Amino acid sequence: MPAMKTTFLDFEQPIAELENKIEQLRFVQDDSAVDISEEISRLETKSQSLTKEIYGKLTPWQIALVARHPQRPYTFDYVEHIFTDFEELHGDRAFADDHAIVGGLARFNGQACMVIGHQKGRDTKEKIHRNFGMPRPEGYRKAMRLMKLAEKFGMPVFTFVDTPGAYPGIDAEERGQSEAIGHNLYVMAELKVPLITTIIGEGGSGGALAIAVGDAVLMLQHSTYSVISPEGCASILWKSADKAADAAETMGITAARLKTLGLIDRVVTEPTGGAHRDHRAAALSLKKALQEALKQVSGLSPEELVERRFERLMSYGKFKEQLN
Amino acid sequence: MSWLQKLLPPKIKRSEGAKKSIPEGLWTKCPACEAVLYATDLENNQSVCPKCSHHHRIRARARLDLLLDPEGRFEIGAEVLPLDPLKFKDSRRYIDRLAAANEDTCEADAMVVMQGAIKTVQVVVACFEFDFLGGSMGSVVGERFVRGVKAAIEQQLPFICITATGGARMQEGLFSLMQMAKTTAAVTQLSQHQLPFITLLTDPTMGGVSASFAFMGDVVIAEPGALIGFAGPRVIEQTVRERLPEGFQRAEFLIEKGAVDMIVDRRELRDRLASLITLLQRVPAVQ
Repeated sequence: MPAMKTTFLDFEQPIAELENKIEQLRFVQDDSAVDISEEISRLETKSQSLTKEIYGKLTPWQIALVARHPQRPYTFDYVEHIFTDFEELHGDRAFADDHAIVGGLARFNGQACMVIGHQKGRDTKEKIHRNFGMPRPEGYRKAMRLMKLAEKFGMPVFTFVDTPGAYPGIDAEERGQSEAIGHNLYVMAELKVPLITTIIGEGGSGGALAIAVGDAVLMLQHSTYSVISPEGCASILWKSADKAADAAETMGITAARLKTLGLIDRVVTEPTGGAHRDHRAAALSLKKALQEALKQVSGLSPEELVERRFERLMSYGKFKEQLN
Repeated sequence: MSWLQKLLPPKIKRSEGAKKSIPEGLWTKCPACEAVLYATDLENNQSVCPKCSHHHRIRARARLDLLLDPEGRFEIGAEVLPLDPLKFKDSRRYIDRLAAANEDTCEADAMVVMQGAIKTVQVVVACFEFDFLGGSMGSVVGERFVRGVKAAIEQQLPFICITATGGARMQEGLFSLMQMAKTTAAVTQLSQHQLPFITLLTDPTMGGVSASFAFMGDVVIAEPGALIGFAGPRVIEQTVRERLPEGFQRAEFLIEKGAVDMIVDRRELRDRLASLITLLQRVPAVQ
């Protein structure tokens, strides 16, 4: 886990208080005449069970907050723990290098592959550099270029999704944000190599989907995936962004709900208290799931793979049929 | 008799044939030039203002009436009807919104697909109905679109999609988002069969539809003045905190930026589409 102090969310205050108390006890322990280590370990156990309890019954809105936690592992954190020999590749060859989407060649258990993901920043400076994980068209075009490259050399593609959405800016519109996203959907539908997608944080609408059409779609336990952000939905349908929690509830944005609805393939377990509490453990859990997902499709010929993906895509949707 | 007609009380039953694009009022005011127009004049001019050529929004069936030859056309995918998979409720229940939209528009969802001919050139056309929940794309729109594509492939016909939409339908959550992937995957098959795919982007074409198949047409046409983009102007203004340039996200702005192939006046659309399709199919022109 990073050296910095854990940031506690509002609903985690009881845990924060306990942790604070433990911290204080540790501080006085050295000068203390009596042995308080037992008391410390008792409180630590209590903190753990409290964390487990709170995280065991998170509401969809609370999960959305965990998915956006400032210390949550981002794409590069997973690259570090899951892949080796990462060679970052830059630019769309037409306009610029977008820093909100990163990608490159790497090895997964020794096998060459392509890694593509949204990337958010940790501190203010990096957040701005990464544009808060909101790509512009050149980001999507870079992703497409890397997918085509992977196809050319017959290597699987792993994508990691973590974005509030595609950037809604004047320049992004001028350079064809819509076309960039749509073109990726088109290319991914036909790509002749395995595509394994994981939602690691925020799966924000079309900006997420633009790198998320896969042969397997995985979601980390406390990530979200939705057609519009809860705040956006609330401000349009309830005419008030304060109703975001209600919107999160009714839209069905959590991994567990989407698994039940048949829209994703697998929920990847996070360490107790969320992936941000232990990046390495989260990555190991994900690595295992990726291995299995890749194994499921790696025996297929390119034609079978594309056919299977196409059938999956065609099966999306809930409607009834009634003949006149 | 369709289920819809059976269901609806007699007073709102649709008469056979086209529904008028201007439901009531003898006079109407053009929002662009503020000229007061005789409604019939406007309708006779394909809902294009005779004074300033402003293209008024037009209903799906009226659009198809204008576009397709009267003979031999039939609907595809009308049997696909909406469900409420999330039991979605905001200030109103989704099923109530669906019912109200159904009553207002006499449509069961936001897309009408028809096979027919444009100046004898056989085509399949999918047309968004903006008046039905803002032309939003949910499961029914996606499935009807796909059935239209399938029909086109089976009969080796060109496929045309006319968009008028605010984007993905929020009330079906991620099911709606997935329609972007579904529809776009379907159009890859048109390419594999070398069948022309033409999109006509009309006012407005935004969000999830704009960012899926809309720009994947072999030829992308825009209607004059149409608002076309990914994010809505208000969202962009709130994000960048500056005023948007004049004409931003309008068809004329898009052609300047290289995003669309051409802007076509509605009154020339039949001729231009027939010409484009026969060119793409490498067959003789039609008169």
